[in-house]
Amino acid sequence: MTIRIIPRLEIKGPNLVKGIHFEGLRVLGKPEAFAKSYYQAGADELIYVDAVASLYGRNSLLDLVERTAKEIFVPLTVAGGLRTLDDIREVLLAGADKVAINTAAVANPDLISQAARKYGSSTIVVLIEFIHHGDGRYEAFTDFGRESSGLDAFDWAMRAVELGAGEILLTSIDRDGTGSGYDLDLTQRISQAVSVPVIAGGGCGMKEHVGDVIRDGSADAVSVASLLHYNMIKSLPRDTDDFADEGNVEFLNRGGGNKKIQDCSLAELKSYLVENGFNVRPDREAV
Amino acid sequence: MGEGVSIAIVDYGLGNLFSIGQACRHAGMGVEVTSDVKTLASADAILLPGVGAFADAMQALKDRDLVSPLKDLCDAGKPLIGVCLGLQLLMTESHEFGSHQGLDLIRGTVERLPEGGLAPDGKRTLKVPQVGWNRVAAPDETDKWANSPLEDLKDGTYMYFVHSYHANPTDAGVVLSVSDFGGVRYCSSIRKGNIFACQFHPERSGDSGLKVYENIAGMLKRGDFK
Repeated sequence: MTIRIIPRLEIKGPNLVKGIHFEGLRVLGKPEAFAKSYYQAGADELIYVDAVASLYGRNSLLDLVERTAKEIFVPLTVAGGLRTLDDIREVLLAGADKVAINTAAVANPDLISQAARKYGSSTIVVLIEFIHHGDGRYEAFTDFGRESSGLDAFDWAMRAVELGAGEILLTSIDRDGTGSGYDLDLTQRISQAVSVPVIAGGGCGMKEHVGDVIRDGSADAVSVASLLHYNMIKSLPRDTDDFADEGNVEFLNRGGGNKKIQDCSLAELKSYLVENGFNVRPDREAV
Repeated sequence: MGEGVSIAIVDYGLGNLFSIGQACRHAGMGVEVTSDVKTLASADAILLPGVGAFADAMQALKDRDLVSPLKDLCDAGKPLIGVCLGLQLLMTESHEFGSHQGLDLIRGTVERLPEGGLAPDGKRTLKVPQVGWNRVAAPDETDKWANSPLEDLKDGTYMYFVHSYHANPTDAGVVLSVSDFGGVRYCSSIRKGNIFACQFHPERSGDSGLKVYENIAGMLKRGDFK
């Protein structure tokens, strides 16, 4: 049994984006191109998070999910704007293997149990996006970090698992995009308290951080965004005209890197983990 | 690869059929997703998928009057492939939340994965369900993988698993592969004549998994799935 390394791709309209604290979203490229390259490089799973679906109530992911699912043969989890059992059904029919729900689950926790009963617990991931406040509280947020829920992130994780969540996907909003490392404390407390896998997320700025959250955060799986995206972007062809419709392409035009992130490829990340005794699936193996 | 070969995926309201269909098509097979017995009977092979609880799945098969037809078609020699819960349903009975009768095409039981096992690094306790990639190994020295869906795969290749229960066949001879969970070896795939079933999800297991569907297509094309 290995620790899963999962590229997390945030989507805005047709584009892959990345921000800091979920804000200032930069266009990095086309999600399906990144997804396919990550699949070929040995990604254990992939996560799509629609960054604007909850905000605008649109559900434009379906086409993208369908195109992606035809090309990748590892599990694909889709999050963002899934409000009802019908929304979940549509995304699964389009080719997602799992869905992650946040905003709708906070508003109506019964959605977790209904969805788990209907589609199997292993299909339903509960996404907890949280902020570690200055006074020590960990609070869950909804609507891609826009709305505070008042819920304690740890208590909410316990409740979600009780209701039938098959996995918990954590994302630290205050660490997101900063490269300061994962939130080890909350990840470990939740992972050790629940019977289902916990996927760490938010804050990875170097490959050592992934090792840290496996060892000191007891993560069962690790989601990674900036660390891999800012490396992948160098190897994929870029045509900024493609992205003119949506979002901030200034970053792409400048061709800049990200100083906060010591980026690396998926192969480099997995090699580092294997060399340091972490139990991960090697990036490639002969069939 | 599998051009001209057809596979019928049993649609009984459970399981994500998209990815299995996609992997079958990738291997060149024609795909029908159906609960119609005539369509099942006319395909070259039947694939029984499934996620969720054993008892619910058996009930769903009963509600669609599929239990006897599946057993009869299998007994008549139709290649039958079980994936994940689809493997467990082939067994005599399951001990998931009580005791439930299965299709009894393979003698044996379905048992819960052991709690409290240690991960290979010896530092962490494994969680049940097992969600993720695990090694799939040949069970003994005999060359069981030749002319099977696992042919040409590396012994110990990684496959993607999602499960809390595993099959425990009475006849060790039907065990095609084993996997390790917290130091306990369990049966991760089965081959018995025209039956192949795997606890892992080949359709979510990258190139190694696609190779399983390509092998299935090749066996069907050669008429070797018996």
